[in-house]
Amino acid sequence: MATTTGLSLNQKLKIFETCSLIRHVESEISRRYEKGKMRCPVHLSIGQEGVPAALSLILNPKDYAVSTHRAHAHFISKGGSIKKMIAEIYGKSTGCSGGKGGSMHLVDKSKGFMGSSSIVGNSIPIGVGLGLAIKLKKSKNLSVIYLGDAAVETGVFFESINFSVLKNLPVVFICENNLYSVYTSLKSRQPRNRKIYKMVKAHGLRSYFFDGSNPFSYFKKLEKILEKSRRKSEPCFIEFSTYRYLEHCGPFNDDNLDYRPKKELLKWKKKDPYLNLKKKLEKNNQQKNLIKKIEKKVYKIIDESFLFAEKSNFPLKRNLASNVYKKK
Amino acid sequence: MYTKRNNNITFVQAINECINLQMINNKKLISFGMGINDPKRIFGSTKGLVEKFGPQRVFEVPTSENALTGIGLGLSLGGYPVLMTHQRADFFLLAFDQLINSISKWNYMYDGNSGIVNVTIRLIVGRGWGQGPTHSQNLQSVFSHFPGLKVVIPTTPYDAKGLLASSLRDPNPVIFLEHRWLHNSIGNVPSKNYFISLEKSKILKKGKDITIISTSYMTPEIKNIYKKLEYYNINFEHIDLICCKPLDRKTIINSVKKTGKVVILDTGFESNSISSEIVSMVNQYCFKNLKHQPVRITIPDIPEPTSYGLTKFYYHHSHDILKKILSIFKIKIKNIEIKDSNSLYHDVPGEWFKGPF
Repeated sequence: MATTTGLSLNQKLKIFETCSLIRHVESEISRRYEKGKMRCPVHLSIGQEGVPAALSLILNPKDYAVSTHRAHAHFISKGGSIKKMIAEIYGKSTGCSGGKGGSMHLVDKSKGFMGSSSIVGNSIPIGVGLGLAIKLKKSKNLSVIYLGDAAVETGVFFESINFSVLKNLPVVFICENNLYSVYTSLKSRQPRNRKIYKMVKAHGLRSYFFDGSNPFSYFKKLEKILEKSRRKSEPCFIEFSTYRYLEHCGPFNDDNLDYRPKKELLKWKKKDPYLNLKKKLEKNNQQKNLIKKIEKKVYKIIDESFLFAEKSNFPLKRNLASNVYKKK
Repeated sequence: MYTKRNNNITFVQAINECINLQMINNKKLISFGMGINDPKRIFGSTKGLVEKFGPQRVFEVPTSENALTGIGLGLSLGGYPVLMTHQRADFFLLAFDQLINSISKWNYMYDGNSGIVNVTIRLIVGRGWGQGPTHSQNLQSVFSHFPGLKVVIPTTPYDAKGLLASSLRDPNPVIFLEHRWLHNSIGNVPSKNYFISLEKSKILKKGKDITIISTSYMTPEIKNIYKKLEYYNINFEHIDLICCKPLDRKTIINSVKKTGKVVILDTGFESNSISSEIVSMVNQYCFKNLKHQPVRITIPDIPEPTSYGLTKFYYHHSHDILKKILSIFKIKIKNIEIKDSNSLYHDVPGEWFKGPF
């Protein structure tokens, strides 16, 4: 089995597990959303599971990560508490942000997931600052910054890249290029023949591109790239092509709006990270059983998490004003 | 660092001494900003720091105000308290995304579950010498709009040192505003480390006839007319606001309840401002005690012009301030009774100031 990709079965199963966890958590949110109990915007990552699944095996809890409005997958990949994430989306006091942040402001400090922002580009410099903290501590950790293709259109992105290179910080920029900023295509936002990763390279850091949908194919390379950043305490940028299946924000698909070519969607669905990994692993009967076991575990986590969220209480009135200012 | 030291030092020296002491006491405190290591060292306020604490803790930065503000937040979350300095507050406006969408509400939106937001942002504001529309803005009202930020605006060297020390220890973000015209003012400052509350206004003089509340450079303007007010038998109470956010409601209300009259002097624009906030607070909480409508003395809702000829009409001078306060007591004065606190020229704070800023 460990042939072309150089991955052990154990590694493959772990990547699959994260992939499955993300897919099923997101699908469950999508299924239950209409009941009106998750009363905040949700930006689901169905279709985009490949990259965070691969990274879940490379990063450790002492590595930092910050993310975007579409943060669920990154939070899960970093080992963030799913119970607390679902409770947060439900607005409950047991949520990771006490119900004050919602889906777009997730945090799990114990796992190094320091926050996510709804404003495109906003979390990038914060991740760079965390990288500077790592450098000052002289620890061998990384600060991972998740961003999308639209974030590279913001000024703060370039300011942050410049500073990371200037100070040679252990920062890993993970750009998930899903081709759309809400409904606006990359074609309307960036010059046609310019590749993001090539443009970034000109700023003086290592920069790479992979098709994000098949994590087995790039895992080893990704591991090496990050290992080098860790060892040498230096920045790198990696662009992954990827695709979201559902609407920008919300639980439904929005293909009726016709802003994406049907062919494009079909092309990406053929490369579905979750289904393809599953298919590959299920080719072997023994593995089929392992997959079953993994998915059983995943379903259990999800059931427990939603139950936890549903049963939890809303924050009390006295919590409304708490932590506007932190007490000493 | 300033080696020679009397009991009386300047505002700038007090700031410098405070940063020095705090960096000795907290080995993790990081200080950065454009110009902090340049030959002029932010008007001398960062003198000697890089030499003493090294370029890892005291460093120059690219012209990237927005990113640097986020970087400061990240550093703090990673365990390093941060002091950022901006030589001109106006440039800091580029950092509003990080300030408003992240820093101000980081504690709240993660309910205190992310790292500590120990970030202090020094912003220097000013007036005069043709600073004009974009080099002179006193924006304390703007910063004070946002829950989660603390905003202080010290007047004396003593307060500057104590407030900065408290800011650098506070687990909340602090906007620390320094008026350029106060930089050379001298005051008694103990050499030891001490802290002043970020949420308490200071009563400079007790009185019962009227409450005078002033911010920043308006405080010495009032001090300049103390004797004249006394000459006219006005037993005034003078409060140096110091803290713009949160406002020290108790001190203000107690005073106005006692005096029944209030005049507010602020270096910011008039509308939607610190002064309007105080008027509204006074109306809400002291309505029955008021014997005269609240009076405001601020700059008008006009950007600061550059011309020497125009700024003459833009700022309030000691004589106008005196006149306005006396009019509350129906006392009329005609001739110029009092000279400006600053100098012969209305657009500089004193003879020491030779421009350009």
